[in-house]
Amino acid sequence: MVEVLDAPAAAGSDAVAHLLDRARGLAERLPGARHPVVAAWRARGAETFASQGFPTRRVEAWKYTDLALLRETRFEEPILAADIRPPLDLEEEEGPLLVLIDGRVRRDLSAVSHLAPGVAIASLADLLRARDEETVAGLGGLAPETLPLPALNAALAEDGAVVRIADGVDGGTIRILSYATARAGHPVAFHPRHLIRLGRGARLVLVEEARGEPEAFAWQNVVSEIQLGPGARLIHIRLQDEPLSAVHTATLAVRVEQGAEYDSFTLIKGARLTRNEVHAVLAGPHAALHLNGAQLVDGVRHADTTTVIEHAAPDCASRQTVKTVLAGRARGVFQGKIHVHRAAQKTDGYQMNQALLLSPEAEIDAKPQLEIYADDVKCSHGATVGELDLEALFYLRSRGIPEAEAKSILVQAFLDDAVSLVADEGLRERLHAETLAWWQRVEHGG
Amino acid sequence: MLKIEGLKASVEGKEVLRGIDLEVPAGEVHAIMGPNGSGKSTLGYVLAGREGYEVTAGSVTFRGQDLLAMEPEERAAAGLFLAFQYPVELPGVGNANFLRQALNAVRRARGEPELDAMQFLKLVRGKVKALGMTEEMLKRAVNVGFSGGEKKRNEILQMAILEPAFCILDETDSGLDIDALKIVAEGVNALRSPERGMLVITHYQRLLDHIVPDRVHVLVGGRIVQSGGPELARELEAKGYGELQAAA
Ligand SMILES: Nc1ncnc2c1ncn2[C@@H]1O[C@H](COP(=O)(O)OP(=O)(O)OP(=O)(O)O)[C@@H](O)[C@H]1O
Ligand SMILES: [Mg+2]
Repeated sequence: MVEVLDAPAAAGSDAVAHLLDRARGLAERLPGARHPVVAAWRARGAETFASQGFPTRRVEAWKYTDLALLRETRFEEPILAADIRPPLDLEEEEGPLLVLIDGRVRRDLSAVSHLAPGVAIASLADLLRARDEETVAGLGGLAPETLPLPALNAALAEDGAVVRIADGVDGGTIRILSYATARAGHPVAFHPRHLIRLGRGARLVLVEEARGEPEAFAWQNVVSEIQLGPGARLIHIRLQDEPLSAVHTATLAVRVEQGAEYDSFTLIKGARLTRNEVHAVLAGPHAALHLNGAQLVDGVRHADTTTVIEHAAPDCASRQTVKTVLAGRARGVFQGKIHVHRAAQKTDGYQMNQALLLSPEAEIDAKPQLEIYADDVKCSHGATVGELDLEALFYLRSRGIPEAEAKSILVQAFLDDAVSLVADEGLRERLHAETLAWWQRVEHGG
Repeated sequence: MLKIEGLKASVEGKEVLRGIDLEVPAGEVHAIMGPNGSGKSTLGYVLAGREGYEVTAGSVTFRGQDLLAMEPEERAAAGLFLAFQYPVELPGVGNANFLRQALNAVRRARGEPELDAMQFLKLVRGKVKALGMTEEMLKRAVNVGFSGGEKKRNEILQMAILEPAFCILDETDSGLDIDALKIVAEGVNALRSPERGMLVITHYQRLLDHIVPDRVHVLVGGRIVQSGGPELARELEAKGYGELQAAA
């Protein structure tokens, strides 16, 4: 058995010690514990987290986001609750669905039985218990596990979604629903690990939703590792609408091989604190990346989108449009780094981040960062911060549109050039409806 | 229908309207002419309720109601419409949706049932055609990338759809070519009725050849310095504002 180190004083906080305690206590019981590779992987994660602890704002990448809430809370294990059914109409849509409650796959709520040939959806825990070597080999292959939060995920990951689409197969649409439950006075933490792999020329639309019971004080520390084989295409929609007491830290690592395309949109509208971190590598020529999204932040919420795009091969294109709308005393963060390696000639990079401040007490910190080591590249980036256009507001009102509706129209208009990048009409309409619902919540102070 | 008494208003601490008295009865069209910067657009904005235009004295009664106490959307619902001198661009707001939302807001306020997308399309198609516009312009964002003349036509389209009781046209003729001017004037004339009043702000006789006013007022330095029949507009075009400005 690999030993888990004690936290050194430098990283020391009660919460860190508590989490490491848990890692130690669970080491024998977590799925795959008896597999030496898995055990070593978990031990490395615990070790990294032990030496670093929670990142503080002294760390450049965390300059604008404070994790005090995590440092000051003792999170417990989620209780296995077989009786919980999320109050969602799970049958309303067709197609495969994987449901996780508090980070654990619930087969009874999922619909993954009649899958097309070449499409596999499974629980990570099941695969690890079955000593599935392909799964074991894939763990941690892409995620930046020298960073403390993905490292902690490695130490404690219990379950997650494993999706594999075979070469040349169109996997259609697969939905993953993550649901956090309430435990009054018992903050719970879970650390799902998702492994998504598309073979050569495979296709998939993956729709991930994170929700929860209204009072759930849950911390979801999720890591997704996504591998796109040559010529594969993944459309990835993420909707984070967790309860306002929740904390969501996500690390998504994606590797896009030659001629493949990763086309994503992330809508963040829930959780008290969100950190959405993406590490993308364009690994082969003519790979394409779309990292679009919107952060809708109200009240005292904090949302942080931090992305690192590595152009490691020539002739690749990356496109990024991120919009942040802030109301109340909300805080928003956008950090976008584009790193063009020396070999990545003919890189075409575009990054746009825009914020709309609806209240004088709201704030946004934006930091675009271009690091270019190749000489023949086309990279542009832009950033704007603005308030509602009063002239536009008056124009709408002068046509009889009430103030609240006029504001809603302008907020939707601001979001439109990001949301409109979602090509599928059904998905686009859903995201649009979600942004409208957010606005209703802000307007009615609910 | 519209009665303005002793109206004074300031913008950014500067008094722009310095005591305006004007009454437009239902069924009449009044024209306002006057040099640049004399306060014509300011008057339109004050009547429509734009923020930042502070009324310091006077009153405005519209169809028996205290207009100045109403929000801009309430004024629109009560039947007031301002065609902007500089129509505002709304990136990301589809023109058709905007028109429908405006119409339904006004219909809701009037206690009329809202129109669904199909009913609305039927209504708007005919009006678009009558104004020499294309349906493609309905699909674009409001006024974004519209030429100057197209923006003005879009204002008249809104007016034709909302069918307001009182229209204020602020230099709707500027930027229009000769054919467009005729089309727009026809659009305006089509709305003339015994129940409807209009205030037409313009620099040119040209528009008034098509929309013949009942009265013409000259606004100089924030005051109406002269009023008369349609012939006054022709006189002004010949003589300019020199004398009146000296008198003001
Ligand atoms: N927002 C503002 N800030 C400062 N000054 C303003 C503002 N709006 C209007 N003014 C001033 O008020 C005066 C009247 O302006 P207004 O636009 O009403 O003139 P106008 O008669 O419509 O002129 P034009 O014929 O050129 O359209 C001008 O001196 C103008 O500079
Ligand atoms: Mg003017």
